[in-house]
Amino acid sequence: MGVADITFYAFSTVLVAAALLVVLARNPVHSVLWLILSFLSAAGLFVLLGAEFVAMLLIIVYVGAVAVLFLFVVMMLDVDFAELKAGMAQYMPLALLIGVVLLIQLGLAYGTWAFSDGIDTRLGNPTPAIDQMHNTKSLGMILYDHYMLVFQLAGLVLLVAMVGAIVLTLRHRVDVKRQNVLAQMYRDPAKAMELKDVKPGQGL
Amino acid sequence: MIGADLAVLIPEIVLSIYAMAGLMLAVYTTKDGMAPALTYATAAVFAIMALYIAATGQGDASSFGGMIVVDDFARFAKIVILLSAAAILIVGQEAMQKSGLGRFEYPMIVTLAVVGMMVMVSAGDLIVLYMGLELQSLALYVVAALRRDSVRSTEAGLKYFVLGALSSGLLLYGASLVYGFAGTTLFAGIIEASMGGMSLGMMFGLVFMAAGMAFKVSAAPFHMWTPDVYEGAPTPVTALFATAPKMAAMGLFARVVYDAFGMAISDWQQIVAALAVLSMFVGAIAAIGQTDIKRLMAYSSIGHMGFALMGLASGTGQGVEAMLIYMAIYVTMNIGIFSFIMSMEKDGYPVTDISALNGYATAQSGQALAVLVLMFSLAGVPPMLGFFAKYAVLVAAVDAGLVWLAVAGVIASVIGAYYYLRIVYFMYFGEPREGLNGRMSIIQFLGLTISAVVMIAGIVNLFGIDHLAANAAQALVR
Repeated sequence: MGVADITFYAFSTVLVAAALLVVLARNPVHSVLWLILSFLSAAGLFVLLGAEFVAMLLIIVYVGAVAVLFLFVVMMLDVDFAELKAGMAQYMPLALLIGVVLLIQLGLAYGTWAFSDGIDTRLGNPTPAIDQMHNTKSLGMILYDHYMLVFQLAGLVLLVAMVGAIVLTLRHRVDVKRQNVLAQMYRDPAKAMELKDVKPGQGL
Repeated sequence: MIGADLAVLIPEIVLSIYAMAGLMLAVYTTKDGMAPALTYATAAVFAIMALYIAATGQGDASSFGGMIVVDDFARFAKIVILLSAAAILIVGQEAMQKSGLGRFEYPMIVTLAVVGMMVMVSAGDLIVLYMGLELQSLALYVVAALRRDSVRSTEAGLKYFVLGALSSGLLLYGASLVYGFAGTTLFAGIIEASMGGMSLGMMFGLVFMAAGMAFKVSAAPFHMWTPDVYEGAPTPVTALFATAPKMAAMGLFARVVYDAFGMAISDWQQIVAALAVLSMFVGAIAAIGQTDIKRLMAYSSIGHMGFALMGLASGTGQGVEAMLIYMAIYVTMNIGIFSFIMSMEKDGYPVTDISALNGYATAQSGQALAVLVLMFSLAGVPPMLGFFAKYAVLVAAVDAGLVWLAVAGVIASVIGAYYYLRIVYFMYFGEPREGLNGRMSIIQFLGLTISAVVMIAGIVNLFGIDHLAANAAQALVR
């Protein structure tokens, strides 16, 4: 067993254990922390595969942004998880039954898995071998060249998500005094204050 | 090379750019004040694009290595989608303004949804299919929850979102299984891989994908979201749900089963036939007890999708032709019916209760007559166009040897006729009470009457759509 094998088993064991604890942990904050650990282990596995770009992406996007956001949401929202789980227990036997049946069926399907004839020609070889081209570069070539259309469509989906979030949540409140930057910038100090000579014994 | 690829997609590109330009324009000018103008402009752009597609469309074109396929089938579906979306925008504009929903984002989100639908019907690749579907669905989730201070509308949006995400997951899982077997996401490659018979894994993939797509067309047993979403969403949005997305989802369904699984017709035929039977009966029986006309129309749409799926289930070119004719007629009927539902109001408030229609014929005889024609057409009573739609799918099913399916369809349509006729009964023979007293606007009136006139005038030659549908079916079923 070489170093790579040992590393693989170490990362895999941690990944599976962390994933289990995500579901089993009582405290939701702990769940999110376990989730971060499982992301990190998955990133390690990607590095072992030679896909360092995906590994970095996983750490930057999932650990750096998504999981931290998760953590904030879990901490900020006062969700009573015990109450949610109470409703869950009611349907547990049925859910387990369906899950087990589905698992057995899928097991049967995977057990007799056979690739179609000539799959090798169809799979082709979209990217050059790893020693010829950096995988970041080959990923870029696939994403921005071969799948350019899909990439643009994904952009449109994100646009809809952004516009939708604004449509559904933005409220223009009228009773709020807003900052007017231009008014502040063009404020004339000479006119900001006016001196009045008030005679004694008289009002203004 | 990229220029030739993009030239095939000109309508989609124009619409996307139009949506972005419209958003920018409205944000930097009067915002919601632009809503009416933008709505009409959007409808005009849709109509122009439909004309463009009709004028330039000849033969098959594919781009991006077969990921996008534009053939007669795609063109037929796109024209129906564009024209129905344009009609719904125009008809619904006033109702949106009246209920305080005149947001400028609405026509723009609808435009992006239409782009998604157009991508769906010309998808030639599993990834493109999924992106088109998500673009369309995400936009529709947003417009379902547009009335954000109403619990019902937000519930509709949330329910649609959660269940839609679940169905997208099913579809995606099926797509991954298919990819695992075939080694490619291109439909052309999948059909090549299934030449030598379907493996068990590929069957699993097909079933999962069929379940996901059945959800999108709201076929039973994946219909549970439909009544709640139809009821909760603002009426013009409900009208949109009942027209363009239905055509897009049916087009997608047909494209996947023929372009990707055309070698395994006997395998998916039974799935589609089962969906068709269940939908027809659920639509016919569950609608009987409804008192809300929007819920009733939801069950009606489930039933009608069953009939359209019957055309698909026959597995022949004739069946696809019948399905396309059915969808075109169904969409036209719905534009009329929803023009009427949008105008239903009492003391300035929208009403959707069916009992409010009691004695409507004595108050508004002309409109009641138009609704009567449309209801008869929905039920499939012979002189109206709706009968010819049903007749076409029934003949296709019988010719394909699915007599049991046709018999079930006839029984379901007889049961379903009850609730359509009940509305007519209320209008003509119900006790006149203090019912609807709102005035119908000119545009809604035009939507209702044109749709009703089409239902009668169309029986002469179906306005020639049968030839177009035949060409479209020929392009798909080779």
